[in-house]
This record gives sequence, structure tokens and C-alpha cells, in this order.
Amino acid sequence: MVSGKGGTGKTTVAAALALALATEGRRTLLVEVEGRQGIAQLFGTEALPYEERKIAVAPGGGEVFALAIDAERALLDYLQMFYKLGSAGRALKKLGAIDFATTIAPGLRDVLLTGKACEAVRRTDKAGRYVYDHVVMDAPPTGRVTRFLNVNDEVAGLARIGPIHHQAQAVMKVLKSPQTAVHLVTLLEEMPVQETADGRAELAEAGLPLGRVIVNMVRPHHLDEAALQAAAGKQRAGVAQALSRAGLGGARRGGLAERLVDPLLEQAAEHAERVGLERAQRAVLDGLGVSTYELPLLGRGMDLAGLYELATELRKQVSAE
Amino acid sequence: MSGTVTAVLGTDAPARLEVDRLLDDPQTRIVVCCGSGGVGKTTTAAALGVRAAERGRRVVVLTIDPARRLAQSMGIDSLDNTPRRVAGVGGSGGASGGGELHAMMLDMKRTFDEIVEAHADAERSRAILENPFYQSLSAGFAGTQEYMAMEKLGQLRARDDWDLIIVDTPPSRSALDFLDAPKRLGSFLDGKFIRVLMAPAKVGGRAGMKFLNVGMSMMTGTLSKVMGGQLLKDVQTFVAAMDTMFGGFRTRADATYRLLQAPGTAFLVVAAPEPDALREAAYFVERLAAEDMPLAGLVLNRVHGSGAVQLSAERALAAAENLDEGGIVDQEPGKAGVRGSGTTPEDGSPAAVDEITAGLLRLHAERMQVIAREQQTRDRFTSLHPEVAVAEVAALPGDVHDLAGLRAIGDRLAAGGPAGV
Ligand SMILES: Nc1ncnc2c1ncn2[C@@H]1O[C@H](COP(=O)(O)OP(=O)(O)OP(=O)(O)O)[C@@H](O)[C@H]1O
Ligand SMILES: Nc1ncnc2c1ncn2[C@@H]1O[C@H](COP(=O)(O)OP(=O)(O)OP(=O)(O)O)[C@@H](O)[C@H]1O
Ligand SMILES: [Mg+2]
Ligand SMILES: [Mg+2]
Repeated sequence: MVSGKGGTGKTTVAAALALALATEGRRTLLVEVEGRQGIAQLFGTEALPYEERKIAVAPGGGEVFALAIDAERALLDYLQMFYKLGSAGRALKKLGAIDFATTIAPGLRDVLLTGKACEAVRRTDKAGRYVYDHVVMDAPPTGRVTRFLNVNDEVAGLARIGPIHHQAQAVMKVLKSPQTAVHLVTLLEEMPVQETADGRAELAEAGLPLGRVIVNMVRPHHLDEAALQAAAGKQRAGVAQALSRAGLGGARRGGLAERLVDPLLEQAAEHAERVGLERAQRAVLDGLGVSTYELPLLGRGMDLAGLYELATELRKQVSAE
Repeated sequence: MSGTVTAVLGTDAPARLEVDRLLDDPQTRIVVCCGSGGVGKTTTAAALGVRAAERGRRVVVLTIDPARRLAQSMGIDSLDNTPRRVAGVGGSGGASGGGELHAMMLDMKRTFDEIVEAHADAERSRAILENPFYQSLSAGFAGTQEYMAMEKLGQLRARDDWDLIIVDTPPSRSALDFLDAPKRLGSFLDGKFIRVLMAPAKVGGRAGMKFLNVGMSMMTGTLSKVMGGQLLKDVQTFVAAMDTMFGGFRTRADATYRLLQAPGTAFLVVAAPEPDALREAAYFVERLAAEDMPLAGLVLNRVHGSGAVQLSAERALAAAENLDEGGIVDQEPGKAGVRGSGTTPEDGSPAAVDEITAGLLRLHAERMQVIAREQQTRDRFTSLHPEVAVAEVAALPGDVHDLAGLRAIGDRLAAGGPAGV
């Protein structure tokens, strides 16, 4: 499960993780549940139907499949499976009953979505081997993820008996087992880190297994505080001379190189302030006592090559343990 | 990618958005800050509120999910769902001329509860509030937050205690959600199936009746089998208790929607100079035009600038490499100035100074690349929508979490020009 504050890179990280886990001939399934077609967008393919499709190959012959789970369709399938509704199912849909039920019955939508993912986790082929080595879900954001996963509590108020109740219990068994990990994506900024802390506490309280915190879009640090102070103070003239030596003009007052010193130092001061804030946020994360992975900010923006790059990075960090 | 930077105020630069003129105009009664997730809607709304109050207006800001420290600095971290006076803004004399800032953060569930309480007697509203369907709807339905933001805006406007209302909009992927989601909730509550559950007899003639009854019994039958018998009872209590209110939801959504079209309302689209955010902004601009909703302009937030644009990224990198090679032998290339390298900056040796300088140059190269990328993205938006006035706000190095920070953003909003350093 990959969660995190909105916009921190949940979809991107989930996709990179599915790729990373698919190396060496493995097969993974990447699922999304919010009807946003984020996976299709990321991989530059047509909208995904409610059907498992091969979407990418990983280095070493692995395969990534993708599925966009649709709660209404899942409910219809479900009713079909238990009650053999036939065309009556379509009539219910037409009447708005299916939409109504999945929208308003507390927990029903969630148990359908997580149920479908758990079914894929448990599915085996004829030889009894798991069809997917890993299932990666691009899950709802931190604020909603605990409720989303804690389906048993959610449907408890409605269904104390019956198939939905059993389904919820089966889902919970998988979700609370060591087979599951909920990873939280964050940036080194105040609000995402705060959400990570809150999310961690909520997951723990619900007995759901926290995986890693994945720090995304990490930027390189070029200068430290000490270097900066030196540059701004005693070494100011030295910096002008160095710029001049590097071919950027005269170092004397008013010379081309000398005029660069102030703006460059100002940029460096901003950089140092940002680095300081990032350090503070990192300290907050350290204080949570969770292990982290880190992914770099890709300067040129996100494309397929970038996604593979992030997957390789994750792979390296996973196997370094 | 080309590293050239076009002049920031080229001939085809868009018109500047005159923020102070907008805020000072007594005709301006509502300012709505829209945009995609994380671009700075809440910050912009709060900064405009502070600025307008200090320029003499009696302002209320409706914020949605503000960062904790920002809420604390405005004294609105207790969720009581009503506006509170913000201390230290406007007021006693000075240039502020009697302006005041009030602020609140939206509690969506409570706003929903209050609608229920206002429209049903005590017993009925208790039945609704305790119903699990209601609880799920009020806490989880996609669009409830947007609906309640609009609802609250309607309430604030109706109170007429303020001469300017500034509205933040909920975090969502798409700016369009703010316009679309309330209708979604409205039509859901007013939808076919709920009408069927409420009063099958009212819908259609005899043939319709028959079909609906079949549908109903099938629906209730299967669902109660699937989820247990309690479900049906809850649905029926819920629907019965909400009966008189359902139609009202859509009517209310429609009324607030019209408020957004009224003269006196101004939309500001907030975006970061990034492809996703500006694409969303463009959609939103087009949608506002289609709906006859008045767009004041685009706030381009977190724009990067440099005081040394004359030095290109390429030249800066070449110069940095030059310094790396300049006799520093005991060091890997590309690591100049990084923590943990051999020389210390304080020792003042030429090698140490070169190392620092190379670091400064690399930082600058990175900054210039960011500026070039942002400029490209903005040019694309400007060529699509040259008519949209723009105010640029520089990226501050840290978060904005106090009144001083909000004032700094306000100053930049008002200056509107290119984001220098
Ligand atoms: N490491 C990275 N480097 C550069 N850009 C990134 C990185 N990770 C994510 N992005 C970009 O950040 C944006 C947000 O990422 P993404 O859509 O994955 O986030 P999300 O958490 O799924 O968002 P939402 O909450 O809207 O679902 C996208 O434009 C994506 O391309
Ligand atoms: N010009 C700026 N310079 C530096 N930081 C900024 C700037 N504008 C906003 N921020 C910071 O960016 C973060 C996001 O801003 P804000 O909360 O206003 O965005 P939002 O659009 O309301 O987000 P959401 O969609 O999550 O509601 C905050 O931490 C804020 O302090
Ligand atoms: Mg996503
Ligand atoms: Mg916000």
C-alpha cells in the first residue's frame, strides 16, 4: 500500500515500486482505486479498463500488470458471484441502486476495493503458485487511508453477519498480516511530514503494519552553512578572485566577476535556509523511528525513463538492506 | 534543453494583475482562490485577507485545511466553525483606516450537521445525525467538502457582517472540483434512487410503479442479504428523516453557484509555474469563461528568479569545472563544496575558496535551469491565454506560517512584477 499527502508522489512511487519489485522475472500487479486513471497517465497508455493488463516490463524479464478497480463493477461482480443476479444486476445499476449503495453504505466501497486487491494477492495458478509475487496499491491519501484499510471496523456497524462481514474479515486478515506494508510518501516539508506523523500514529492504533517512509523529491545539497558563512564574510574577496580566475570577468569592485558575488551569495543563503528547514523536517522523521527510502527529485520532470530511474533507485535501497 | 532565458518582461508579457486595485474596490465583495493541489491557495487567501484588512477593509477569510502553524498564527486553530477576529491585523488607527480581519477554518461535518439542525426539529435531526448513512455521507462523500465550502460562503454572505469575503478552496487534484463537486452531492441527494426510496408512488404511472417496485424489492432484498438486515432499516430511517431536505440541497447548491456569477465576485486562479498546475489553471480559466464567472487573474506562485541572470547555466557550470580542475587533486570531481570534503572553508586556502565558489556556481546553474523551465511553462500558458492578467509571487526559501510571512506574500502579490531576488 502506498499512501501519503496529496501530491507527494503516491502514484509515481507506487508505479516505481511495482517496477522495482518486478525485476528478476517476477510479476507484480499495480492497482489504483480512486478512478483517476493516474496509472494510465503515468505510463502514457489509454485509460485502463476494469481488467488486468500488462503495462510494462522490468529489467530481467519481469512484468508489471495494472488494474483500475471500479467499486460499482466490483459490487456487481460480487452480487453476481453470490446471488446469480443475471440481468437484474443491470436493472439495479440503471436505477442508481448500485451507485447509491457504493456511495453511501459506510465501508462498502472500501471493502470492495480492498477485497479485490486481496483476491489478487491470494490468487494461485494451476500449479498452486501465486499469480502475482507482489500487489502494489496506489492507495488513498494519508487522511483517509486508515479508514480505508480498516474495513472491518467500518462495516461492523452495518454487517454483523452475511457475506460482506466475512469478506471484511478475510480482507483484514491479509491487511494486518506481515504480508502487507503501508508505505507513506512524504516530502521534506512541514505539512507532508506532519501528515506522515499523524498517519503513522493512526495506523499503529488500528494495528495496521507501517512499512517505510519514502522521502520523495530529495534535492542535492551543494553548500553547507560553514562554507556559506565563510564566503559571505572573510572570503568574499577570495570568491570574487576565484570567479575571475574561472573566466567570469574582473574581480575588482564593479568588475563583472565581483558583481556576481552578491547575487550568488544571496542564492546560497536561500539554499542554506531551505537545507536547514529540510534538516529540521528530517529530524522530525528520525524522531518517528521509522526507516526511510529516499528518491531524488528528477529535474527534468517525470517521464517513463525517469520512472525506471526511480525504480532502480528503490531496488538499490531495498537490496542494500 | 536550451538554457536561454527570455527577458522576463518581454513584449508579449501578459498584463499585470493589479491586486491592490481589486482589494480596494468596494464593489469587490467575494474573492475566490482556486487552483490545483498544493499550489498556494490557502496561503494566497490568507495573505490577501491580511492585506485587504490593513488597507482598511472589513474582511473575513474562509480557510480550508490550513497548515497547523499558519492556523495557530491566525488564532483559528480551534475548530468552532465561526469566524474569529485575528489579533494584530488592522484595527486601531494607522494606515489601516479601521480595517479588520476575521478568519475561520471550515469544519465540513459540522457545517453539514448545522444544515440538518436548521431544517429539522430536534428529534428528527438527532435521528439523522446518528444514522450511519448520514455519517458516512457527511464524512466521506467526494464533494462534501466542496459543497460545505460553498454552503459556508453562502452563510457568510447572508450575514452581511463583512464587506469582503475571501474564500480558499479544498485541496483537490483539479481546480474544477470546486465548481463541480457541490452539484454532484446535490444531485446525488436529489437523485433517482433516493426519490424512488422516498416515494415510489410519485414517480411515473402504473407501468413505472411496477418496474420500480420490482427494482425496489430486488434491491432491498439483495442488499439486506449481502449486508445484513440492519442495513435496510437504516436506509429507510435515513431517507425518511431527510425527506423534506433532499430537494433543498440542490436548490442551495444552485443558489451559491449563482452567487459566484454575480458582479462583485472575483476569481483568482493560483498556480505554480509547473506543467500540471498551469494545465489545470488553463482548464479552469476556460471553464470560468463558459460559466460567465468573472476571472480577475492568475496568481503565479513560487516563481524563481535570480539577481545574476546574465550568467547562463552553461557558463556557470563550465566555470565551476574550471575551478575543480584548478589544482585540487585530492578530490572527486563534482563534489566541490559538499560536506565532508577534505578542506574546510574557514582555512581560507585558495583550494577551499575555489571549492566554495564552485559550489556557488553549481547552485546558480541549477537556479538558471529552474528559471528556464518555469519560463517555458509560463510561455505556453500565456500563448493560450494572453488575456489573463498575472501577478507573480517569488518562492520564499521557507514555509509561510506567520503574519509576517503573509505580509511578505501580500507585498509580492501587490507588486505583481517579475520575481527578482
Ligand atoms: N521524484 C520525482 N521527481 C520529479 N517529479 C516527481 C517525482 N515524484 C513525483 N513527481 C511529480 O510530482 C507530481 C505529483 O506526483 P503524483 O501524481 O505521483 O503524486 P500523488 O501523490 O499521486 O498525487 P495525488 O495526491 O494527486 O494523487 C507529478 O507531476 C509527478 O510527475
Ligand atoms: N510563495 C511561497 N514561497 C514559499 N512557500 C510557499 C509559498 N506559497 C506557499 N508556500 C508554502 O507551500 C505550502 C503549500 O501552500 P498552501 O497550503 O497555501 O497550498 P494549497 O494550494 O492551499 O494546498 P492544498 O491544495 O493542499 O490546500 C505551504 O507550506 C506554504 O507555506
Ligand atoms: Mg495519485
Ligand atoms: Mg489549502
